[in-house]
Formats: sequence, C-alpha cells, structure tokens
Amino acid sequence: MAYIKVDNTKVNKEVAQKLIKICPFNAFEYDDEMLSINANCRICKMCVRKGPEGVCTLIEEERKKIDKTQYKGILVYIEQLNGKAHPVSFELIGKAKELAQVSKDPVFALVIGNQVEHLANEALTYGVDKVYLYDSPLYEHFNVERYTNVVEACFNKHKFSTILLGSTPQGRSFGPRMAARLRTGLTADCTKLEMDTNGDLLQIRPAFGGNIMAKIRTTNHRPQMATVRYKIFKKPEAVKPFGQLIKEDVKGINDHTFIEILEVLNKPKSKDISESEILICVGRAFKKQADLQLIEPLRKRLNADVACTRPLIENGWFDARYQVGLSGRTVKPKLIINIGISGAVHYIEGMKDAEMIITINNDPNNKLFNISHYSILGDLYEVLPRLNDLLEGENHV
Amino acid sequence: MNIMVCIKQVPASSEVKIDPVTGNLIRDGKNVKLNPFDLFALEAAFQINEQIGGSIHALTMGPDSAIRVLKEAIYMGADKGTVISDRKFAGADVLATAYTISQMIDHIGNFDLVICGKQTTDGDTAQVGPEIAENLTIPHVPYVKEILEVYEDYVVVRSGYDTHDEIVKVTLPALLTIEKDANTPRLPSYKRKKAFKDSDINIIRFNDLKDQTLEHYGLLGSPTQVEEMFSPDTKLDSKAIKGDAKTMAKGLFDVLKESQFI
Repeated sequence: MAYIKVDNTKVNKEVAQKLIKICPFNAFEYDDEMLSINANCRICKMCVRKGPEGVCTLIEEERKKIDKTQYKGILVYIEQLNGKAHPVSFELIGKAKELAQVSKDPVFALVIGNQVEHLANEALTYGVDKVYLYDSPLYEHFNVERYTNVVEACFNKHKFSTILLGSTPQGRSFGPRMAARLRTGLTADCTKLEMDTNGDLLQIRPAFGGNIMAKIRTTNHRPQMATVRYKIFKKPEAVKPFGQLIKEDVKGINDHTFIEILEVLNKPKSKDISESEILICVGRAFKKQADLQLIEPLRKRLNADVACTRPLIENGWFDARYQVGLSGRTVKPKLIINIGISGAVHYIEGMKDAEMIITINNDPNNKLFNISHYSILGDLYEVLPRLNDLLEGENHV
Repeated sequence: MNIMVCIKQVPASSEVKIDPVTGNLIRDGKNVKLNPFDLFALEAAFQINEQIGGSIHALTMGPDSAIRVLKEAIYMGADKGTVISDRKFAGADVLATAYTISQMIDHIGNFDLVICGKQTTDGDTAQVGPEIAENLTIPHVPYVKEILEVYEDYVVVRSGYDTHDEIVKVTLPALLTIEKDANTPRLPSYKRKKAFKDSDINIIRFNDLKDQTLEHYGLLGSPTQVEEMFSPDTKLDSKAIKGDAKTMAKGLFDVLKESQFI
C-alpha cells in the first residue's frame, strides 16, 4: 500500500501546525505531541513537497508495470439518439486526431445502435481510421447494461489505449459503468486533454468547485478514459473519408438486461430563461417595441431565447418571467448578448456567470464592458442592421 | 424493502485558492456538511419505505468523524448508519472508492435498493454511483426525478435526460441516483434527535472486507493519479471590436462563427 509516513522525531507543535495548515484535506491530527494522519488523506503529497523537510515521506510499494505497447489507438464513442449523433462525438474525433499525432496512434470510432450504418459513415467523414459498428435491434435504445457489454467485447478484441466520450447525461451514466467493467480510471468533465509522446493522456479538469485545475494521469492502467462536455472542443472539418467500416458480429455478446424502458417522453421546449443556453438580452435603448424586430435574424440564427431588463417589463413588452437580474432570473447561458442595456448592478449580478458575454452599447462607461469578453461600442440601430445584412447574405450562399 | 443510501461528508465551502507565494492549497477544511445532493437520496428512500415498509441504512466512506453525517441521516429518518474508514483507503480515486463502497455493501449484505445522490459538491463527477452498481453487478438508473411504482421485486421510475424523460422499470436489486430537487427533503426531527442521540454507528475497517487484496484499495487501487494542481487563468480575456458600424457587425459575426454559435 501507499501512504504518507510521519517522522515524529522531527515534529514539534510548530511543525505540526504548519503541516495542518498545508494539508488541503484536513488529514492531520496532533494529540499528545504525536502527529498522525487520518483517513481524510488523499495522498496529494502536498505535505511531502511543501512541508518541513523530511517530516513526511511517501512510502509506495513498486507496482507491477503493465506493458503499454499492447494497447493502441484512441477510441471515440459516438453517442446517438434515434439515429442522430450527438455533436460532442465529432468534436472528440477532432481532439483525438490532434492527440494521435503526438502519440502516433490511430483514431477509431465506436457506433452502437439499430440501423445506424449512416452514423458510421458520418464518423468516417471526420477522418477516423476505423469505425467499429455494432448494429442490432437489441441496441435500438441506449441500455447501459447491453451497451457496456458491447464496449467490453470491443475493448477485449482491439485493446485501445484511450477511450473518450461526451460528458452528456448518457455519457455520465455509461462512462463510469465502462470504466468499472474494464477496471480502469475515468476522469470526468475534462476541459483540456494533452498527449505525452509515450501515449499517456493528460486529463485536465477543474477541481474544488472550479477554483483549481487538476492534471491527472492514468499511469499504469489501460484504457485511459475521459469524458468531455459538449462545445469544449471544436468540431473538425469534414474530409474525404479514407477509413474502414468494420461491421462487428453481435452474436455472443450478452444481451440480458434488468432494465426495461416503458416509455420515452420528449420534453416540451423549456421556456425558463435560467435554463437557456443562448440568450439575447435587450434593454431600454430600444425605443419602441417594434424595434425588437431588429434582433430577429440573429435570434433565429442562434436559436436564442430573448430576455430583457426591468424597464421593458414595466413597458409591458415582456412577461415578468423573462427578466434577468436580482429581481428577475439568474442566468448562466453559454452565450449572452447584451443589447442596449445600461448595466445596472442588479442586472449584472443576474448574468455575470455566463460563459461568454458580448455587449453592444453606445455608452463607453457602461459597466457591462468590464465583464464582457467582446465589447462593441456602437449604436444598436447602426450595428444590428449591418449584422442582419451579413446574416441575410449568408443565407443566400 | 431494505434500502442502503450512500452519503458523503463534504467541505461546507468549495472555495479553494492557491497561495501565489507558497503554491499551497488554501482550503477551509474544518467546516463540513452532508453533501446537499444526498438529501434527495435520503428523502427518496424515506418515501419508498413509507409506502412499502422496511429498513433504511445510511452508509458513508471517510474519516471516523463522518459519523456526524450518518447521525444527521438518522435524525432525518434512517434506521442505521455505518461508516467505512481506514488509512488503507487513503488516496482513493473513483474506481477505488466505488470498489470500497461496493465491498462494504457486500459485507453488510441483504439489500433491495441502493440509492445515491446524483453527485457530490466536492468531487462533482457523478461517477461513483454507476461504478458501485457495476461492481455489485446490478442495474442502475440515473437522474431519477420521480419514483412512480414500488413493488417487492421491481420499481418504476422517471429518469430525466436533457431532451427527454424515460419511464424505466428496473428489476431489484438495483441502484438509483436521485436528481436534485426530485423531492422536498425533510429536516432532521428534534424528536428523533432526542431519541437517537446515542445510537451506535457501525464502523467497518479494511480487515472486515471480503476482498483483502490491498492493490484494490486506496492509492494503489486508483488508476488515476493527480500529477499537479494549478490555478486556472482567471484573467478576463476582453476584446473590443472597433471600427464603423459595418466593421463592428462583421467583427461580431466572425466571433460568433469562430465560437461555433452560428
């Protein structure tokens, strides 16, 4: 076993207090002049590295090393629902191809479903070397037990070095099931992936509520597994397919299941702006209600929801549930575009956690500019028509 | 039915900073609380057994002091509490943690349902629940929003995904992870607190478990190793798009395109 050993001959009250302060997991206990470590210890080695020299040491028994050369290739799981692939899968192919250049690995895709050969072909257009297709009426709907059996069979046959999947609701349920079956590690919600020339995947993810980033390595297990959220990576450009489609035999894969899906209920599109991913938010620089038509081409193109500030509610232009701010809704969309909003504190507090903030305003002192990723100092009545021309022009191409 | 609810003690605040001079993590580790997601898991268990009867056993892995969150569960309505704690589990990642908990469940034995919260506020992975199910070779249903029907040998639940909900019938024994706000968790009752103040919490150690292979636990049983922790670059990357109206519109158009919004 691995553990941190404390040399108590070097411990006094001062040393103990120092170590207690260093430990992020509150694992030290100091009683009767004895410093000990409790089960809180995560072996982060902070005390070894940053503590008084020689007090804490990591004791680790040598593990049997696996032969990493036996494992080859980066596999991307193509998530699908009703025969339509989740776009995160293609983003992962793009990333996998970048990583593969470093480690000289091939890139593979895995498609599971019923009558989903078109998805295998779609994966090939993003430049994968091989697609493994498991096509059967048994796989019509995602079933975590059956699908895990497929991944196990596929891995045992092809011995991938790395498996990537989307951190979608399906991926967050499926990934851990795969990892436990293959007895390997899985790093959730990576925001960055890097590859070492030796084929080790560096998995970088936020820890402790996002204030700290952790760099994680799967040192002695294969496959290395990671999930990544949608839109973290870019969708790659399509290429002329050169890879190979391999139709795998599903006979012999255990299809027993304890799970029966009785009904699938599609959700009506949510009207709650706090759930919106893309928001256009309008303020009182719009002189009359009819002028809101100016945002219509952009709204359509972004498939955005529209929200507003308080004055527009008072004008009766919007229902109160579309108000952003402390007296309205708090929103955290992936993108918010503020148009003609004065930027009162109450408004900013309700939207400052948006992932990307764009502001169009003609007041150079507008406080929104301080928190915006992109600032456009201009009159909405001049900028929006030009933008609409561009959006319009693109539709004609 | 016999229900085991897996809960966790988490830091009261997730605020952590890195000291820019020493590089140390600065964390308020003294204040801990019950993982808020677990309240929904406990409440789901109480509601099931109000219908069908049975016993609810709260489980946790952590230091001995995690007994506190088990007591909280008992004051809310759980019948028993057990903590698994041993220095041999130190440094466990998701795989080793889920394995240890499934060994614990196996050791206690005799269950119909395991219920977990959707995720914790400290690890934030939502992975431990499904991995426990895999280790126990039982099915799991994630993101349960509603328990619709409860029988001796199966339950019907509503499971929520981004774009759709599924009505799922799952044969017992099974594991469910409960979605946030699936129910309204009850508060610890003063009456129960008085009655069960001195109730014993069981403690399980490594030596109690069936699998005595050290390589399956703690740091040794953890495939993933944290190599480094660092502060994210939080400086706001702010750009002004300048020029006449046409240039600004083009700049905005390009940004939206570059960021894949259009």
